[in-house]
Amino acid sequence: MMYAQMVKSTGNAVKSPTEMTEQERAFQARIDAGEKIEPKEWMPDGYRKTLIRQIGQHAHSEIVGQLPEGNWITRAPTLERKAILLAKVQDEAGHGLYLYCAAETLGVSRDELLTALHEGRMKYSSIFNYPTLTWADIGAVGWLVDGAAIMNQVPLQRCSYGPYSRAMVRICKEESFHQRQGYDIMMKMANGSDAQRAMAQDALNRFWYPSLMMFGPSDAESVHSAQSMAWKIKIDTNDGLRQKFVDQTVPQAEYLGLTIPDENVKYNEETGHYDYSDPDWSEFFDVLRGNGPCNKERLGARVKAWENGAWVRDGLMANAAKRSAKVAAE
Amino acid sequence: MTNEMPLWEVFIRGQHGLNHRHVGSLHAADAELALLHARDVYTRRNEGVSIWVVPSASITASAPSDKGPLFEPSNDKVYRHPTFFDIPDDVGAM
Amino acid sequence: MTVDQALFQFLLRLGDNTLILGHRVSEWCGHGPVLEEDIALANTALDLIGQTQLWLGLAAEVEGKGRSADNLAYLRDAWEFRNLLLVERPNGDFGQTLMRQFLFDAWSSLMLEKLCDSSDIRIADIARKASKEVTYHLERSSDLVVRLADGTAESHAKMQAALDDLWPYTGEMFIGDDADDILVANGIAPNPADLRAAWLTIVQRLETESTLTLPESDFAHQGGKSGRHSEHLGYILTEMQWLQRAYPGATW
Repeated sequence: MMYAQMVKSTGNAVKSPTEMTEQERAFQARIDAGEKIEPKEWMPDGYRKTLIRQIGQHAHSEIVGQLPEGNWITRAPTLERKAILLAKVQDEAGHGLYLYCAAETLGVSRDELLTALHEGRMKYSSIFNYPTLTWADIGAVGWLVDGAAIMNQVPLQRCSYGPYSRAMVRICKEESFHQRQGYDIMMKMANGSDAQRAMAQDALNRFWYPSLMMFGPSDAESVHSAQSMAWKIKIDTNDGLRQKFVDQTVPQAEYLGLTIPDENVKYNEETGHYDYSDPDWSEFFDVLRGNGPCNKERLGARVKAWENGAWVRDGLMANAAKRSAKVAAE
Repeated sequence: MTNEMPLWEVFIRGQHGLNHRHVGSLHAADAELALLHARDVYTRRNEGVSIWVVPSASITASAPSDKGPLFEPSNDKVYRHPTFFDIPDDVGAM
Repeated sequence: MTVDQALFQFLLRLGDNTLILGHRVSEWCGHGPVLEEDIALANTALDLIGQTQLWLGLAAEVEGKGRSADNLAYLRDAWEFRNLLLVERPNGDFGQTLMRQFLFDAWSSLMLEKLCDSSDIRIADIARKASKEVTYHLERSSDLVVRLADGTAESHAKMQAALDDLWPYTGEMFIGDDADDILVANGIAPNPADLRAAWLTIVQRLETESTLTLPESDFAHQGGKSGRHSEHLGYILTEMQWLQRAYPGATW
């Protein structure tokens, strides 16, 4: 699932109760009873490690996600759109911050997480390796990418780890306007001039399959998914979420009068769901491996911001030390 | 990590609130900057009026209420120091 | 020049300042030195865009030709803009951005304070709203500039370089013209020169609190307030206005 790309929880199959230690059984019983696990409490090593990677990658996704939208702030076509986009991107930074703080409760520092990102040892959601070519892409990102993210985030409000679940509650509250502003952009364009309509269709053509990929490949065979679900770190299956997304989004595209770039998209009376074509998973794995259109630019931008900002962080810390020394001397 | 900015806990009392509530944390080099950042991060929608910031390292928290196999009396700070990993279970009070 | 014509110029100056400065600051989104700073810079930019809508909105109303704030922002050419040269300076590094912000905030806070007492109620109302935001901007930019100036040797050097670079662009803030004279005569706005002493007091904090040295030269680059801009404005407007220019009349 989207932030758990390349997350390996334990490498082993879910343990049966007889295989667990007494501590592990008691822990699982708490999870099954719907209790929240809090930072000070005992947890299996695999639970901790999986959460650090998942929450950390979720946080990385938020801040890297600022870039494809952030680069359109200076080109937003009206003052209002400029302000709305800026507020949205700022929200994403804030969400990253809440998530880094949640991850830090597990015994890792934000700087350690950032270093892992910059060195390629941690990932971020693959969707942000795609370019935003046009203003319509900003609409498509809000509509489809935020739409997919919300689908994933709402259930995570119920996840077992207290700080992560509370961060998700806060994020979901702020998320409400993100998807709507994207869809609003699409509506204006779909109902606008021929050129705007064509721009909107082009954005949908390029973002449809990458959005489906956000949910990750089918986890039917993944032991990692099973363990994460047993621990209530993962709430729904990848396929389940993807189907839900398609069912929600197809009517929205129809309302816009735009065409989903998949001729197999069709309502299935028997299943009560929309049929659709699977994305090209080889493209997904290429992007994960670093060969997406913008991987180098995205990570490069983050590394550059970090390195160029070192003198600022060092300067502020040096000043803080001087202040403490002054206070101590008085 | 060398030279990492310390973590601060943020407490906000809203316009019609009676008490300061814990809203989250952030990193800042000193207390005044932490206050400014708290205003920017946690009151972006004008949610708050009075802000307190406290270094996370200064917070002492009670132990979890459950005893038994799940009680870990290793340290009494809310947020663990990044060198957490290797504290054995049977060390007892530190 | 009539009072309304002078007023129109003045409002364009205020709105173009916040428009161009907000645009510059928003370029930092996703590239800040630390996450909390990214959020803070975005807040500053958002405040400035909000002030732009108010000032340019009133400008359009005073002009009385049916234009809107957006028309003014997106459909004028560089020679019609009235912002200070200071705000179109490139972002440079974080130190240059914060120094530019501090030098502008110091002036803006003083200007807005005076405008709260403007004989034009519409201006006084906008000034009151903007004042609250700018008081905070000044607190933030001055705290950061002072800290960086007295941090490491490197941060001190960068802040001094920023101050040296930007100083020649500050004089323009205090040079008045015919439009200013008319507004002073009608109690609408202060004489720009009257703000200089108070501004210097604020800025001198840099010397007393952080060992920076204020440059001695009193040479002032000018022209922004009457449409003679630096080359930077052309690039800014190309980026900002492109969509409206490429798709005239479209609704976004």
